[in-house]
Amino acid sequence: MQNRVISRQDLAGFVDDLIKTKSAGDVIGIKAQGNKFNFGPLKSATELRLDYDISLLPPKKYFFPQQETVLKYEVEPAFKVEPVVEERMLCIIGVHPFDIRALQLFDAVYGGNNPDPNYFLKRNNATIIGVDCLNPIPKSFAASMGTNTVEEGFDLMLTDLGGDWFVTVGSNRGDSMMKKYGKGREATNVDLEKRNKVRRDAAKKYKTSLKMKPDEIPALLDANWESPVFKERSATCFSCGSCVMVCPTCVCFDVQDDPALNLKGGERYRRWDACMLPGFAAVASGENFREHKEQRFRHRMYRKGKYLLERYKYLGCVGCGRCGTSCLADIALPADTYNLLKEGK
Amino acid sequence: MVMQLTAKQSIFLPRIAQIVRVDSLSDREKVFEFVFDDGKELGHKPGQFVEVSIFGVGEAPISVTSSPTHKGSFELAVRAAGSLTNHLHTLGKGAKVGIRGPFGNGFPLDTLKGQDLLFVAGGIGLFPLRSLINYVMDTRQDFGEVTTLFGCRSPQERIFLDQLDTWNSSKDMCFLETVDRVPDDSWKGNVGVITTLFPKINIDPKKTYAIVVGPPVMYRFVIAECLKKGLAEDHIIMSLERRMKCGVGKCGHCQINGVYCCQEGPVFTYAQVKSLKEAV
Repeated sequence: MQNRVISRQDLAGFVDDLIKTKSAGDVIGIKAQGNKFNFGPLKSATELRLDYDISLLPPKKYFFPQQETVLKYEVEPAFKVEPVVEERMLCIIGVHPFDIRALQLFDAVYGGNNPDPNYFLKRNNATIIGVDCLNPIPKSFAASMGTNTVEEGFDLMLTDLGGDWFVTVGSNRGDSMMKKYGKGREATNVDLEKRNKVRRDAAKKYKTSLKMKPDEIPALLDANWESPVFKERSATCFSCGSCVMVCPTCVCFDVQDDPALNLKGGERYRRWDACMLPGFAAVASGENFREHKEQRFRHRMYRKGKYLLERYKYLGCVGCGRCGTSCLADIALPADTYNLLKEGK
Repeated sequence: MVMQLTAKQSIFLPRIAQIVRVDSLSDREKVFEFVFDDGKELGHKPGQFVEVSIFGVGEAPISVTSSPTHKGSFELAVRAAGSLTNHLHTLGKGAKVGIRGPFGNGFPLDTLKGQDLLFVAGGIGLFPLRSLINYVMDTRQDFGEVTTLFGCRSPQERIFLDQLDTWNSSKDMCFLETVDRVPDDSWKGNVGVITTLFPKINIDPKKTYAIVVGPPVMYRFVIAECLKKGLAEDHIIMSLERRMKCGVGKCGHCQINGVYCCQEGPVFTYAQVKSLKEAV
């Protein structure tokens, strides 16, 4: 696999080619949405905003949609139930490294002992073209989480060298895509050093940081179950679930039925759910195993900083900063809580 | 990461089963017997649960109350408590439902073989425990002394009355029961919470495993009694209730701290549960 350097014009040509030929499936890209950015179907390379700071929603929505039909059933005239699994071939352009890291966690969660076809029949066929984040949002602390760059989990990774683009090739699929396109030139060590300098400079732009090494978080949490920080931080929580809805690593879902008007059939769907919502752990007997908001807040902090790591080898937080940005009470950012615990407050 | 999968492997796809018998157990509880349309067995272990689907209503986790020694069908005993279970109570013989599972670890049969057993059931905690008790009674020679304690809130809430009578008169089991309170003098038995039965039993703590299933509030008091009797922490086994929505360790609802109750549970030893701060 050979890294490459291509001009801005050639990158646009490459993207337009993908859109036209659909050789890697439907092309999704990062686009402006009002004065913010979001992933959406790409009509032309000119729509691409690779200079974006953060997408409103993480790209997980293409593999784990906000709402997804999983079964179709019929109760009349015949009793019948069939799985619904949408298979899709996608090329997603402009995924930031921390969002790629989050997808790796998703792969681990939705794989394992009971792999989920609804996830993998979309994920398997996806081409991921990443882009290094050069304009982090103020709440992002990815640099201190070590997720501002990734070495795997992508087919191609783009880095803006100012004039040209550096293309890091991360897979055989990415390699053959570049070879097939043929434009640009092989990257030299000088180009690679340029890329690394761009990355180093970008890392300095992060305004928020975790004041410890990420692998210290589990022990910090172990020592602080009873800490008043959880109650104090969550005192203003609206239990709205916004932090979860924008999170690239939140994997949980609810399942509901949607009967047809004639009641003879219908669909079962899953949709995103949030452990910060009051009823998440409630059972029919009336027991609610995380009834109070400080319990839910603490659970989320442990989930992000410990539980997922112990279960799947990936931390449950990639430091993207979306939760902290969307939280009306400004309490959701995991780094803020971990830093407070570290300071012993 | 490439996982070669097909739609048929959907984690949401249930098998179709038909209700072949419904018996009322109390005002709020019924037992349903099911047979799969494909004629196959459920293939469960005592202590496992299934996800029951009523299409148009949804799905709910229900523990299996019949023993796997009973072939050809399986039973679910259900309290009408939520939307699915209330709807299930309106269904009769011939109605079809979806069943996914069995899920969860179940009771550790290999560990229990050859040991003395102390069953402690509170209220409808008897539903999942009955699967194991009947299994033990059907393979009685594989186990040592068996003691069963059953407590419920009032005589009206007693369930599986025929079975309670059988156990009470059985020479293969020491059976004691109690009710928390009595509305009148029709009840001649023990009155008081389930822990009041503990002074009446004699067990060998070295050989005995306690298997405890009941409402969340019951556990801490029963565990204390078991420890007082000298049982080791890993000799106290319990089944925990959580909101097992998917049953396959994905949806997140059943988490107890970092543990997925539908995967590592619902059966835990007290030694395991002790380190889980949210467990009891």
